[in-house]
Amino acid sequence: MNFKQSQTAAYFFLAPALSAIFIFFFLPVIAAFIISFTDFDIYTLGNFSSVRFIGFNNYIKLFDDPLFYTALKNTFYFVIVAAPLSIAISLGAALLLNSKLVKFKAIFRLSYFIPVVTTLVAVAIVWRFIYHPKFGIINYLLSLIGIAPIDWLGDTTTAMPAIILMSVWKSFGYNMIIFIAGLQNIPEDLYEAASIEGASGWQKFKSITLPMLAPTTVFISIITMIGYFQFFAEPYIMTQGGPLNSTLSIVQYMYQEGFKWWNMGYSASIAFVFFFIIMIGTLIQLKFQKNT
Amino acid sequence: MKKYLLYGFLIITSVLTLIPFFWMLGASFMLDGKASVFPPVFIPEPFSIIQYKVLFERLNVFRNFINSLVLSVLVTLFYITFTSMAGYAFAKYRFKGKKVLFNVLLSSMIIPSQVTMLPLFLLLKYMGFINTYMAIIIPGLANIFGIFLIRQYCISIPDSLIEAARIEGATDFQIYRKVILPLAIPVLVTLAIFSFLGTWNDFLWPLIALTDDSMYTLPVALSNLMLEHTKDPELMMAGSVVTVIPVIIVFLVLQKYYIKGIMMGSVKE
Repeated sequence: MNFKQSQTAAYFFLAPALSAIFIFFFLPVIAAFIISFTDFDIYTLGNFSSVRFIGFNNYIKLFDDPLFYTALKNTFYFVIVAAPLSIAISLGAALLLNSKLVKFKAIFRLSYFIPVVTTLVAVAIVWRFIYHPKFGIINYLLSLIGIAPIDWLGDTTTAMPAIILMSVWKSFGYNMIIFIAGLQNIPEDLYEAASIEGASGWQKFKSITLPMLAPTTVFISIITMIGYFQFFAEPYIMTQGGPLNSTLSIVQYMYQEGFKWWNMGYSASIAFVFFFIIMIGTLIQLKFQKNT
Repeated sequence: MKKYLLYGFLIITSVLTLIPFFWMLGASFMLDGKASVFPPVFIPEPFSIIQYKVLFERLNVFRNFINSLVLSVLVTLFYITFTSMAGYAFAKYRFKGKKVLFNVLLSSMIIPSQVTMLPLFLLLKYMGFINTYMAIIIPGLANIFGIFLIRQYCISIPDSLIEAARIEGATDFQIYRKVILPLAIPVLVTLAIFSFLGTWNDFLWPLIALTDDSMYTLPVALSNLMLEHTKDPELMMAGSVVTVIPVIIVFLVLQKYYIKGIMMGSVKE
């Protein structure tokens, strides 16, 4: 077969997927970028010709918008607490399940993993009732150790921690699987050599397991961070962003501005700031990887 | 001794992880008000399917169930076809611009889909697809992750198999259809689960793109129901069960492929 024929066939195979991705992914990204420099709003929706370019005005407005800062702060709070917590628990679970002492690994792995595949909206609704101040399971468990009932989702200081706990529960199983794969790739003889030299369990963990897992950990940190940065359904279902906007997330703010108030130009600028933050976060973590 | 401690810990944490599901299931079979008690109960007394009756007979959730099912199946079929073709081309063909194209796709994986939502909504509105199945199917036709996963897998298929088929006179499409697809079944199953569960569980985009009760998928219908039934845990739990059980079944049946897929996705180039 000559190169030309092969080329035609290749384009034939690529055409459906790549046209779909081009028209319904790349074009919208470019369009969103352009829209972010316009005053696209509900009137524009009726009459496209009324749209005007307003330069960086949306972005300037954004940096003066207290609600945007609240959303930004909440999102960072969520990511900075939930991501390390989720990674630590995933690693702990992976280490336990990788231990040679444990049998029936499949059953434990399955129970930790089930929340990952379930529908976020459905489990967020379940957790709403689990956090119920009067009848919820959490307050019941706390009452056993003498702690008075807490209005988890109704209090500005506890609403975010409550959402974080639920999100960690929902997703730690995913990272656990990747950690288990990473652990199984560490050559056994490293541990044997360390044992001969009399290393303790902790020393082995610190000087063999952690360094050997570093690439896995970077990968997990990136996907966890990106995933958590996009959190939306959790506050939408559990708190509607409240109380007093204490759980309003960036994506939720973007959704409200864009699809509730139809301030599409403004919403698009939020989308790009959001994208930019995710990109910076990823680059920082990749840089970490190079240094380790 | 150490062993028993370990088992004790694993069992307790596993049960804690599953408690929300136990309670969801128990409460869904209770009469109104029976789940709002202190301390919480897990066993329905009496056992009743009244909540499911209300859900399906009065609130017409069956329609939403069908929407979710049809959409998840359709999206998955298109997605598997489109990504397998493209992934195969990237793995086994030489063509102009391959490297550039590949790198552009690779680096754009970092763009979060939320960035595309506003223009995508406008585009689909212009095409008349908002509030139709097409609004969900079109953005799900293909994605870059799927193409890469297929490519990764196809690279390991020996060229000699393809050459042999070619010598016997098979066309390019026949080779894809009769040689590549059968060999790629494990990765296709993996992607099919990802796509099915992803579509079934998705919330933000269906919330934007579907505007009528009768068109809603289960998660959107459920979130809508929640607004009126904040004080009806029994009914809401029945709704959650209906939403969650199908994905749990799909996962349990095909978990081997799902777990493999996660591990494959985590292998970097």
